[in-house]
Amino acid sequence: MTTMTVRDAAAVSPLTPRPRRRRRRGGDHAGPVAYVLLVVTSFLFLAPFYYMIVAASRPMSEMNQFPPPLTPGGGLWRNILSAWDAQPLGLAIWNSLLVSSIITVATVLFCTLSGYAFAKQQFAGKKALFAVTVGTMMIPPTLGIVPLYQVMAALDLTGKLSAVVLPSLVTAFGVFFMRQYLIQTLPDELIEAARVDGATSLRTVWSIVLPIARPGMAVLAMLTFMAAWNDFFWPVIALVSSNPTVQVALKNLGSGYVPDQAIIMAGTLVGTLPVVVVFVLLGRQIVSGIMAGAVKG
Amino acid sequence: MAVDTPPRASRTDVAVGHAPRSEPPLGLRSRLFRLEAKAAPYLYISPFFLLFVAFGLFPLVWTAWISLNDFKLGTPMVFVGLENYRWLFASPEFYNSLWRTITIGILSTVPQLMLALGLAHLLNYQMVVRNFFRISMLMPYATSVAASTLVFAQLFGRDNGFFNWVLSWVGIDAVDWRNGDLTAQIAIAVIVTWRWTGYNALIYLAGMQSISQDLYEAAALDGASKWQQFRHVTLPGLRPTILFTVVVSTIGATQLFGEPLLFGNGQANGGALGQYQTLGLFMYQQGWDYFELGRAATIAWVTFVLVVGLVLLNTGIARWRTRDRKAVR
Repeated sequence: MTTMTVRDAAAVSPLTPRPRRRRRRGGDHAGPVAYVLLVVTSFLFLAPFYYMIVAASRPMSEMNQFPPPLTPGGGLWRNILSAWDAQPLGLAIWNSLLVSSIITVATVLFCTLSGYAFAKQQFAGKKALFAVTVGTMMIPPTLGIVPLYQVMAALDLTGKLSAVVLPSLVTAFGVFFMRQYLIQTLPDELIEAARVDGATSLRTVWSIVLPIARPGMAVLAMLTFMAAWNDFFWPVIALVSSNPTVQVALKNLGSGYVPDQAIIMAGTLVGTLPVVVVFVLLGRQIVSGIMAGAVKG
Repeated sequence: MAVDTPPRASRTDVAVGHAPRSEPPLGLRSRLFRLEAKAAPYLYISPFFLLFVAFGLFPLVWTAWISLNDFKLGTPMVFVGLENYRWLFASPEFYNSLWRTITIGILSTVPQLMLALGLAHLLNYQMVVRNFFRISMLMPYATSVAASTLVFAQLFGRDNGFFNWVLSWVGIDAVDWRNGDLTAQIAIAVIVTWRWTGYNALIYLAGMQSISQDLYEAAALDGASKWQQFRHVTLPGLRPTILFTVVVSTIGATQLFGEPLLFGNGQANGGALGQYQTLGLFMYQQGWDYFELGRAATIAWVTFVLVVGLVLLNTGIARWRTRDRKAVR
């Protein structure tokens, strides 16, 4: 349902006023113990990805040996093709791309506009409306699932991708995130100057707010895309197995009574790869994006 | 940016200037111009509120009504009053899933947040390749519930699983993770912890970096050891951050659904004995396996009340635990 879980709100949580951050000039350097601990934990965090590749590249019979093999075999392609036969993976990837892209574009657009209004404009009821917005982040997404399903059934949308897209077009987290971003980066004087020059509000948004908001929008876009791609609960309920997203297809792949582990892992690898590629390419920006809201007080 | 105060608004009006209020006949153009400026903010926030009312608020309220009805998928609703609640509180499955939700929640949240705190402390050091460490710790966050559970389900396999192989080095016999009571819960807690520890560590790291360095210097001058500095400077400074992660993890723990579903090969019973049946899974089972949507709505409401209670309890505990006795800040 909500593609952005309430967890993500933590990214911008500690916004209570606090002393300005001081640059750590001569902060402590890590000792050998710290390095060892970090290397070990990094290994623990990354090892399952490696295991995924190993298990996806060997037939099930080899994975069933004890001890389990620790190096990749040569059967990756064959396993991927089998997974492709077991579940409509091509359709699932296409569906996920479509759903995630629409959600991302809409969320970034709507959240930037709302964030701008809450950050920089005066209007009656602003405080109350913003409090409501933040408050909605605390509502567990499962609470409204049954009626949401009813709504979608009444609209004849169950099983269709629009049932997944519609409830996720905007998130309270995104509104909050963009508000914080614009408070930090958009000078009031620019908006006032535009108004003196006779620019309408929409014109101001188009030529001043959006260009300045772009880095924040990029971070929100990455987080939204990842969350939408990985969304599980609502798509599993709303979609049918003949028209799945990647996560629904993976769930179906893993639901057999005698599951073929090699095929499951091959499918998992295919379904995980797009997000991991995005993550490896843009990891630094995602890391700083998650930290940004929290650091800026 | 402390300009965001009411006086500024009037200053803007003066600055706009070309139509002082005393001058009565405003041209249509400038009246439209003003109207547009007044209406624009509402236009900007309307998508959020329209979508929220349709797909957030309405379902939320309607859930309460459904919970008072006997409602099977495809049949009309029949009002039954509190019958669903009576059924729920008489159901052993409910108490089982309630208990499992709490134990799995504790098993995953407590180690997760403690590890995250320690990791954040390590990541806060100056070092080479710190970006590599940060990114690798966030990698699990990029993985879906489905992918991570399917991988760990194999790692926790009884006859050929990787973890049992490692345990065999120290002479521990093969553990039947899935069918054991506590072991299945530990396995699920490990999956949750793996996915969310790095994320929480980054949140803590951001909080740590905003604590003023002066406080550490002052504490060091007073002869405080590293551990004392951690306890009396870092922990109080992180208090809002810790409170938030506690709230958020508590909500996350009560929503657990994908992990137990896929750990059980897609069966919604949460294991042969319901040993990892969570409230989220129980709700799904009633609603979409048995088509008892009225009962599912009832479970949703009871879960919500439980979440609110747990959040209040946990924030109380976290507040008490991070209270700074010497009031450094």
